[in-house]
Amino acid sequence: MQTLLERNVVLLSIVTLITAAIGGLVQLVPLYTMESTIEKVDGMRPYSPLELAGRNIYVREGCYLCHSQMIRPFRDEVERYGHYSLAAESMYDHPFQWGSKRTGPDLARVGGKYSNDWHVAHLINPREVVPESIMPGYPFLAGRELSTKTIAADMQTLRVVGTPYTDDQIKNAEADMLAQANPNADGAEDTEARYPKAVIGNFDGDVSVLTEMDALVAYLQMMGTLVDTTSYKTNSDGR
Amino acid sequence: MANIERDEVSGTDTTGHEWDGLKELNTPLPRWWLWTFYATIIYAVGAWVVYPSWPTLTTYWKGTSGYSSRVDLTNDLAAQTQERSVWTKKFAALPITEIAQDRNLQEVAMAGGKVIFADNCAPCHGSSGTGAPGYPVLADDDWLWGGSLEEIETTVRYGIRGAHDDTRVSEMPAFGDDYLTAAQIKSVAGHVLSLSGQGASSAEGAEVFENECAACHGEKGEGGRDFGAPKLNDGLWLYSSAGDDLIAQISKPKHGVMPTWEGRLDDVSIKQVSIYVHALGGGE
Repeated sequence: MQTLLERNVVLLSIVTLITAAIGGLVQLVPLYTMESTIEKVDGMRPYSPLELAGRNIYVREGCYLCHSQMIRPFRDEVERYGHYSLAAESMYDHPFQWGSKRTGPDLARVGGKYSNDWHVAHLINPREVVPESIMPGYPFLAGRELSTKTIAADMQTLRVVGTPYTDDQIKNAEADMLAQANPNADGAEDTEARYPKAVIGNFDGDVSVLTEMDALVAYLQMMGTLVDTTSYKTNSDGR
Repeated sequence: MANIERDEVSGTDTTGHEWDGLKELNTPLPRWWLWTFYATIIYAVGAWVVYPSWPTLTTYWKGTSGYSSRVDLTNDLAAQTQERSVWTKKFAALPITEIAQDRNLQEVAMAGGKVIFADNCAPCHGSSGTGAPGYPVLADDDWLWGGSLEEIETTVRYGIRGAHDDTRVSEMPAFGDDYLTAAQIKSVAGHVLSLSGQGASSAEGAEVFENECAACHGEKGEGGRDFGAPKLNDGLWLYSSAGDDLIAQISKPKHGVMPTWEGRLDDVSIKQVSIYVHALGGGE
């Protein structure tokens, strides 16, 4: 076989193609069956512009290197973190943030677990609230103004890859972004209508400037709260 | 074609190939290694058959064993519920005060409460309830909303300024918003400090305190638990007693938020952790 292939360039090309195609198929075929693997559950929606901006910061700062967003279906994890993560919960993640290492705790259901004030204090200096923490501080987030200019284009791009943002949502992206971080803003109700369950609040304690801190805390407070896990029922075969 | 020779130096056969005069020694992998390798391949094929593996056009191969980690978990949790039902039933049925009186149940509550506290409460309140500025100490007898078992349970269950409809809510007005003058705030801050024996009061400070603060915090700053109004006469401070901090808190108060734990923790866990907190040192 070896002797035959290394002396016949046509045969070698064909066999190489077959070998490479197997790798390709392994990656491609699951994409066609994806519909059947994402659970049908209530509550999942695309991220609000502020949450999306927070998610971009989460990716930029490499939070996924130490924090997973994947509660595995094991007893100890479910007891600690809550219902195991469903595929539906990361269906609008491009790319997903499941992570593969937990230096810090899993964050898949951290939303609502702590107060906004706590998150801000903790992100500025984790030792302030958790003396034994080894997480680095991110104090600069509180001082950096969040750019609202690119978020609509960001949402437009995500729509291309399948996140169902509506025209209305994209048109109001900037307004929604500002309204979610200011409970007294006029548009807060519209924002909540467009993004049910969105946590609207003055995240970093200063409504005058929209900072990266606002966005990241808004994202954290949303995590794991969208899907009503009681609406998910396993069949007897586990699917 | 193949011209296998024996290499004189190493005593090993060559592969029989020759490229521009270069010959290669044939040093095969150890037999045991090869057989182990083949065995893992055979095992992998077997595993594909037995366990869920390949995607098919509309679904996926579910495996002859019908294994599912989610079903496994369901069974695990059912077994655990069964095992714990010996005491969870009592926890669910009895009011918290009776649980705390039952020695066996109290021990269970302390063991479970410790774990629940470490994961959920310690990030704010400290690993043994030592507190932090803005996050009350739970190991002393200075309570904002009450330190009895039932009061603690209510606080844990519904939170403070949390998302639940029954959450505890109170809001100190922002006296700095055109309500009191800077001088009045300064003098009332002095009066507040004097309540715990720091510095001297003033007539103006006492008057402002009586008009604006006493309704919630009490005439002598003894605190008001109906409103979660902190005691002001014990020298213990939720935030800080430094002059500027006190003035800032009167002018534009911070309002701490404790999340609602109902829904995140089950009924039994809430009772367990409440009993644990009660026993941290300050329970009433």
